[in-house]
Amino acid sequence: MTALTGLRVVELAREPIALAGKLLADMGAEVILVEPPGGDPCRTYPPFLDDEPGEERSLYWWHYHTNKRGVVLDLDAAADAERFRALIASADVLLEAEPRSRLATLDLDYAQLVEQRSDLIHVSVTPFGRKDSKSDLPYTDLTIMAGAGPPWSCGYDDHSLPPIRGQQQGYQTAAHFAVLSILTAALYRMTSGEGQFIDVSMHAASNVTTEAASYAWLVSQATVQRQTGRHAAVTLTGATQQRCADGRYANTGVPPRFPDEFGRLLAWLGELGLVEELPESVFLEMGANWEGPFDLSKIAEDDTIAAIFGAGREALQLIASRLAAQEYFIGCQRAGLSVGVINSPEEAFEDEHFKARGFQVPLHHDDIDRTITYPGAPYQLHASPWQLTRRAPKLGEHTDEIFAKLGVAD
Amino acid sequence: MPEALSSFRICDFTGQLAGAGATKWLASFGAEVIRIEDPVRQGRWDILRGIPPFVDERRGINLGGGFNNHNTNKYGITLNLRTERGKELLTDLIRVSDVVSENFAKGVLARWGFGYDELKAIKPDIIYVSNCGFGHVGPYSDFKTWGPIVQAVSGLTFSNGLPDHEPAGWGYSFMDHTGAYYMAMAILLALIHRQRTGEGQWVDLACTDSALSLHGPALLDWTVNGRPARREGQPHSNRNQWPAMAPHGIYPCLGEDAWVAIACRDASDWQALTRVIDEQWCAGSAFEDLHSRCAAQDALDSHLSGWTASRSKFDVEHVLRGAGVPAAAVLTPEERIDLDPSTADYDLWPTVSHAEMGEVRVDGQPVHFSKTDWQLERGGPCLGEHNEEILTRVLGLSADEVAELTADGVL
Repeated sequence: MTALTGLRVVELAREPIALAGKLLADMGAEVILVEPPGGDPCRTYPPFLDDEPGEERSLYWWHYHTNKRGVVLDLDAAADAERFRALIASADVLLEAEPRSRLATLDLDYAQLVEQRSDLIHVSVTPFGRKDSKSDLPYTDLTIMAGAGPPWSCGYDDHSLPPIRGQQQGYQTAAHFAVLSILTAALYRMTSGEGQFIDVSMHAASNVTTEAASYAWLVSQATVQRQTGRHAAVTLTGATQQRCADGRYANTGVPPRFPDEFGRLLAWLGELGLVEELPESVFLEMGANWEGPFDLSKIAEDDTIAAIFGAGREALQLIASRLAAQEYFIGCQRAGLSVGVINSPEEAFEDEHFKARGFQVPLHHDDIDRTITYPGAPYQLHASPWQLTRRAPKLGEHTDEIFAKLGVAD
Repeated sequence: MPEALSSFRICDFTGQLAGAGATKWLASFGAEVIRIEDPVRQGRWDILRGIPPFVDERRGINLGGGFNNHNTNKYGITLNLRTERGKELLTDLIRVSDVVSENFAKGVLARWGFGYDELKAIKPDIIYVSNCGFGHVGPYSDFKTWGPIVQAVSGLTFSNGLPDHEPAGWGYSFMDHTGAYYMAMAILLALIHRQRTGEGQWVDLACTDSALSLHGPALLDWTVNGRPARREGQPHSNRNQWPAMAPHGIYPCLGEDAWVAIACRDASDWQALTRVIDEQWCAGSAFEDLHSRCAAQDALDSHLSGWTASRSKFDVEHVLRGAGVPAAAVLTPEERIDLDPSTADYDLWPTVSHAEMGEVRVDGQPVHFSKTDWQLERGGPCLGEHNEEILTRVLGLSADEVAELTADGVL
């Protein structure tokens, strides 16, 4: 048994909430994915198995619908609407991202569904929330993010280049809040017996996921400016990305600022035979032998502090120019410096650390008789583990089975 | 008083955003979150305590605006865990808590004598959630991280940017926010499991795992088709691969650093866009279907940029939305916080009352519950602000005992 075993979730298939359903299903919830006749459009999204398009070949679909079962219902048709009501009567949670007024028009909104299931938890995810008419506007992940703040903070020092969005993080962030809401409401229901309606706004979700861009304004009416690969800031900061000898980049994080860090950096330079090449090494030695607090706030008025701090940066740049990014990352971390190699997703996936944590998870696909390696758990709950037991459903694969059990088969 | 989680008590060692953001969710819904801080170092392990932004010219460990933002509705006590009495008080608090949460480097809590085995001995069904960059298991578990390092190693920095440029990455700690969301989910999942089985557990949360799990389709493209994300022409994150859309990007507008996002989901969006633009270039065969638009996306973006550049971002947004095309101005913090009725109407920026800072606006929660909604009223706790309240109400000490402990340097 895992954390959500026995929790029945009905998910009306839509792109923004696919991750939310997956997070619940991967923790043991019985997620029943409801698709319209013809299937959810996400079935047509690339990439495809062996690069050949096909209804059951979308790897996008495979990923976001693991552990779910699938049924087809035409909610616009009376008989299927009746089946949907029967399904809701058996369910704990409805998760949906339908257009704002659609379910009410069909008499299938919370007000009607509680008649089927009085303790239903109904989570609605819309662009701007159920009460805001802007939720009726056309949207994509890109437009949600643009209006909600992330791109303002992401991009390059050169502001003639456009702000940059992430990849689907607008939808992902809304999905995270949908899951948090469902789990919170489920805990409340365990003690009170009461369900409720929950209104999640995608626009609001990204708005509160922008760190200092929001609170610098809220607290002091200051505006952050974007910078290449590092925090957007009110007062601009120095570069933190370094191109390493193999052409890949690393993020240097916070440069050395404690005596032992300067000491280890100097020792590492020595091991690499680079001390002679860095005239500023003498300042590293001063940093290593520094007595009392090394107060970086005095950097503007104290030339020695500035020289020592600068030497730390110079030393890292020199080392980065001589080592491959992965080697640089490992060396810095062994010297106690918080540095990260900038991996592509597959480079991280193949890294020994993630493999050792069991992040590569095999799942056999019975239909094609192939074992596919999936990304693993976002968290490791030792008593109620994340599990991958079932491939994504084919279109309508479980329609008969599920509705026969409910006694409302065709 | 919000009540969804009011029956739970969290013994909370979290800090920064990656940890504090998690328990903020719980506190928003009524959980009693009690922050434990070190009186000797004045709680400075959480660097946000004393750094900008500030509401006025005052400075100090109780005045950090970020700290207040992430710690609203929590209680704060100080315990000197170098003292035996401090450890005893912590033991007493754990005995009446449901969850112990922390985001220290691996091993810190265990060195103080409060590893999972010890926590279990104090309270058999305790839930212990540790959150650090690489987790507590694996070859990199001793490495140091913060948000940008998590994002770098896990593929999130790489994935944001333009081809032939260095990574743009994230202009903030997206994974401190998102690591906090996963930590809160883990706590809630473990609470549900305990409510159903009576069993507590340890959760090993590695923010890099959570981050890497966000790359699903790209990783399957790698494991199934052998196609790496590091390849010619990629990443190009203002474009959309899954599904392909064109145009799909962020385009310059009239004014300084003014931009608008435009996406055409399908042929009908494209036709609507061309009717609005009504210029020669969009009528030709070069862009007539999705395939040709994707093949000529650089040229398409160049034409579209030419059209947007002579218009204000709000004019473009307005006219395209009117035509049914997804479009959104890239909003500045002021525009989305003070000038966007959607966030105000959603009550997204509640005002909390902080003991020293006064009334301050903070990030709210982007959800509303019909029966047990969140509520944020109190600001983040000043150092030791609730020593007397918590030690008397929760641990049953007298006010005199609390005064004595303070004088003895235990609090």
